[in-house]
Amino acid sequence: MGALKYLLQKEFRQIFRDKGFTGRLFIAPAIQLILLPMAANYTIKNINIAIVDHDHSTVSQKLSNKILSSGYFKLADYTDFNSKAGKLIESDKADLVLEIPQGFEKNIIRENNQKIAIQVNAINGVKASIGFGYLSGIIADYNNGLRMEWIEPERTSPSPTIDVITSFWYNPKLTYYIFMVPAILVSLVTGVAGLSAAFNIVKEKEIGTIEQINVTPIKKYEFILGKLIPFMVMGGVVFTVGLLIGWVLYGIVPLGNIALLYLFLYVFLFAILGFGLLISTYAETQQQANSLMFLFMMVFNMMSGLYTPIDSMPGWAQFVTHLFPVSYFIDVMRMVVIKGSGLHDISMHILYVFLIGLVLNTWAILNYRKTT
Amino acid sequence: MTNETVIRTNKLTKRFGDFVAVDEITFDVHKGEIFGFLGANGAGKTTAMRMLCGLSIPTSGEAMVAGFDVFKEPEEIKKNIGYMSQKFSLYEDLTVKENIEFYGGIYGLTKKQIKDESADLVDRLGLHDEADKLVSSLPLGWKQKLSFSVAIVHRPKIVFLDEPTGGVDPSMRRQFWDLIYDAADRGITIFVTTHYLDEAEYCNRVSIMVDGKIEALDSPAGLRKTFSANSMDEVFYKLARKAKRSAD
Repeated sequence: MGALKYLLQKEFRQIFRDKGFTGRLFIAPAIQLILLPMAANYTIKNINIAIVDHDHSTVSQKLSNKILSSGYFKLADYTDFNSKAGKLIESDKADLVLEIPQGFEKNIIRENNQKIAIQVNAINGVKASIGFGYLSGIIADYNNGLRMEWIEPERTSPSPTIDVITSFWYNPKLTYYIFMVPAILVSLVTGVAGLSAAFNIVKEKEIGTIEQINVTPIKKYEFILGKLIPFMVMGGVVFTVGLLIGWVLYGIVPLGNIALLYLFLYVFLFAILGFGLLISTYAETQQQANSLMFLFMMVFNMMSGLYTPIDSMPGWAQFVTHLFPVSYFIDVMRMVVIKGSGLHDISMHILYVFLIGLVLNTWAILNYRKTT
Repeated sequence: MTNETVIRTNKLTKRFGDFVAVDEITFDVHKGEIFGFLGANGAGKTTAMRMLCGLSIPTSGEAMVAGFDVFKEPEEIKKNIGYMSQKFSLYEDLTVKENIEFYGGIYGLTKKQIKDESADLVDRLGLHDEADKLVSSLPLGWKQKLSFSVAIVHRPKIVFLDEPTGGVDPSMRRQFWDLIYDAADRGITIFVTTHYLDEAEYCNRVSIMVDGKIEALDSPAGLRKTFSANSMDEVFYKLARKAKRSAD
């Protein structure tokens, strides 16, 4: 094991001497944790709505006011003409068109029944469906208000109504920060630790120093440990920096045990560094490693539940996500940080990621050859 | 120089698919000898050397290096040899001393040995002012000398040098060969490939490879006599003319 000491000493010297080092370790995480949560904001505001009012009655006015005062909508136009509203959708100036027909007020009072039309610009599916949801809710609410107002008190309502009272567990205010920041931190650790390890080894291949190492009596496991340990340390530093930023900037304090997060972090690093090592045994140049890593990072980010729920993916895709250590870590982060889950709740996650890590590392060691 | 054999090969062969890079080479190298390994580009010198260093597994044949079998005990061989590849392979982002410390440590030298060797090496190369500078700041010739010195820091039985003087100016090459003689005097066997035919004259014995085969092996004087040539240049051209492989 004597050689390992010298390997580590050399590795840390090189890491600290690297000019991009502080950038990678501190600045990149800070920038990403400040910018990305803003972009990954699911609260939809500023939905442009055009209201076509053929009625011009008190009731239609009140409805319009109620919609605009909700805070979600911006008035694109208030008009009499359907054709004008259609143009607004075509030119992308309106996301929704609400059409209030002529005789709206009269029909509600006399016939107790009236239809109104909503047209939705569905190019941006998320915005369309959420906007539609908000609008329907507001109209239903307005509808209830009308009933209360006009039904004579002594004649109790003939149609029973169901009132829904919603309470959101774990994230009562539905803030997306608390949901996104822990997950983005996982993506960061993956990038800094996993990728750097792969690049580091491929760089030695490229400049030829690996051949000099291969001609020494050094053991394979010593060499690999010499590469794993420094990046485990770096992964730990990035993670800590990220947690601090989450606390200072977003006020996120993990509900669960922080030690548990670190325990999982190291199991995760074992797996993801194994993945980096594996890539490095196949790639001959940094270019190759780069394109491979880019592909995998893309897939990890899109498929591991960072932005979209895994549960809504097709069955085969859900299966694939179970092969990525990243999806487990994102899940664990959300469970421990938001829900306060304990060791028992994440024990299977730990087991699976450990097994994945074992497979990746064994594969990498078998594939790393001192001799060709 | 003694008659003790430190490298012995018998019909050593390496194929890459249909291509026979090294074709049944058989030779002995004696302890303390400076053994020159000549050949045009693509003749198979580097491949042969990589097999002897345990970096590449031969396809067939036999080879013993420092008393160990290249098939069965490549890791034992690695403890007993030094190697300097064509590519400069010290760490540019470490200082001279740190490189010495690293390689010394990897070969299992004690702290004290590393310290002594390091001081001795810096002394011999006259690198006192550069000892704590990054290797990247050294000129190429110095880097090569340092590289060689680091390759023998653990006092190996044999050191393999793959075109060690490529791209270095003549006076620096001369100095480099002084280091080689110095090492040979200390009992280290030198196995060196080169392109420079004047350097072949510095060797005790020279082998010339053409298209994967050893076409000639003798002392420089012996070769000149056999091929009735005035210089190694002439010997080389007479042999290399037969080559069918294009240089790569």
